[in-house]
Amino acid sequence: MTVDQTMFREAILDPEAARPDGLSDGKGRPAGRRFDVYRNNVSVSLTEALEVGFPVIRKLVGQENFRLLASAYLRRHPPHSPLMMHFGADMPAFLATFEPTRQTGYLPDVARLELAIRESYHAADADPTSPAELEALPPEALVGSRVQLAPSVRLVRSPWPILSIWRFNAEEAAKSPEMAAEDVLVARPDLDPVPELLPPGGAEFVNAVLTGATFGDAMDMASGASRNFDLPAVLTVLVKMKTMIEIGG
Amino acid sequence: MLDATAHEFARLPDAPGVGYKPQHFNEIADDAGPVAWLEIHAENYMGDGGRPIAQLRHLAERFAFSVHGVGLSIGGEGPLDSEHLARLKHLVDWLDPASFSEHLAWSTHDSAFLNDLLPLPYTEASLARVAEHVDEVQEVVGRRMLLENPSSYLAFEESTLTETDFLREVAKRTGCGLLLDVNNVFVSATNLGTDPVSYINAFPVELVGEIHLGGHDDDEDDHGAPLLIDNHGSEVADPVWSLFEYTIRKSGPKPSLIEWDNDVPDWPVLKAEANRAAKVLEAATA
Repeated sequence: MTVDQTMFREAILDPEAARPDGLSDGKGRPAGRRFDVYRNNVSVSLTEALEVGFPVIRKLVGQENFRLLASAYLRRHPPHSPLMMHFGADMPAFLATFEPTRQTGYLPDVARLELAIRESYHAADADPTSPAELEALPPEALVGSRVQLAPSVRLVRSPWPILSIWRFNAEEAAKSPEMAAEDVLVARPDLDPVPELLPPGGAEFVNAVLTGATFGDAMDMASGASRNFDLPAVLTVLVKMKTMIEIGG
Repeated sequence: MLDATAHEFARLPDAPGVGYKPQHFNEIADDAGPVAWLEIHAENYMGDGGRPIAQLRHLAERFAFSVHGVGLSIGGEGPLDSEHLARLKHLVDWLDPASFSEHLAWSTHDSAFLNDLLPLPYTEASLARVAEHVDEVQEVVGRRMLLENPSSYLAFEESTLTETDFLREVAKRTGCGLLLDVNNVFVSATNLGTDPVSYINAFPVELVGEIHLGGHDDDEDDHGAPLLIDNHGSEVADPVWSLFEYTIRKSGPKPSLIEWDNDVPDWPVLKAEANRAAKVLEAATA
């Protein structure tokens, strides 16, 4: 009797499946629940990876529910890379369709924010430009220039107050969330990612800059999207978060 | 086959090391005690930058490093993941560690990664496949690797080779060295009803480039027989220390690692384990 890795894998991922034959306790008896050590290791280690990756989702649904959710997730979306830092990328889509969570509209967007924070944490390093370089530019030159943002910059937009929800569950003494759409910039001013609320039009502006638009075009798009677009307010966030790594033509 | 004499390898010191955990960063820098080198899991340092890489660059100025892979799936039936091999080469190229090691186990099949070290039967066919994979790793990474003995909870009826013969033959065919996990030896022997001292006696200690020590948990199988779980979540057990002393008397001092990956303790507890390993190594030198 030979046991191939297809049989082994299927029996590990499906707790209802029969354990493979051909495995023993080394003394001639069937392996029995010894096989379950591997089942348990796989399930526990992948669940822990999701707990580390989605601490706020875990808090929102509760520890027991998160374990059930993780157990369903890891069977539907087993990792396809040995890099646990990338595991869980399908979580937003999963939460939107998983029966117990699909009615809770903000969960997928909070999961997207947690993914963005994790991506930012592992993104490549880059030195920010000094604020003086921006201030030294005459307005006409600024309008025509293109700004490169750091690899750690992520933008997450939501019709839900995702940052307020995130803060309420991740930080002490945070205010309880009130219903509002929130656009969040994630960046790494030092070694740790920080999420920051963008003012009106800020997301359109950052999105335009990220896709290579000039400052002038980005300002037009942001003003078109929101009458309250305030360039100095957005620039203050971008400078404070050390997001700009190159200002060029 | 890689010519083991073709490279001048910086070796790990014959002293205690610990598995590096970021929460110990400041204390390791201030008070390393007897710890002369650190081991990292390769996969945790394959991001592009940020805090993990910054910490590693900083510590690499003071400590020798061992890169220990947990995701190559060398015992897999399918081909190795070439993207993952390339990431590993990149890490080893910039960090230039004193050692690189991986496991006699598999974790990926049909592209699904199971995040555990899964067992394989010991047959001529699996031997040929493992040797081919070790050759490929050494070729791509450009250095000799160490292959680690697993902890076993069950045996394959189809196996025709002992684990020690299997490892010895892989080393002979590929020129790789071996990583001897003494806790794994004790766990497997207890679980499968064999003698751990006989295992050490059959093990080619002259090929050992590193030793692992870690904690295990106690469970039982369906018949009430002891079933030890290799969970790296506690102090090294006394019978494992005895087996380590026996091994070191036979092999002489070796780079010896304390692995503690779950319920990671405060630094003084880990340092005390390293001190205990240091005493064993010193006794063998005296």
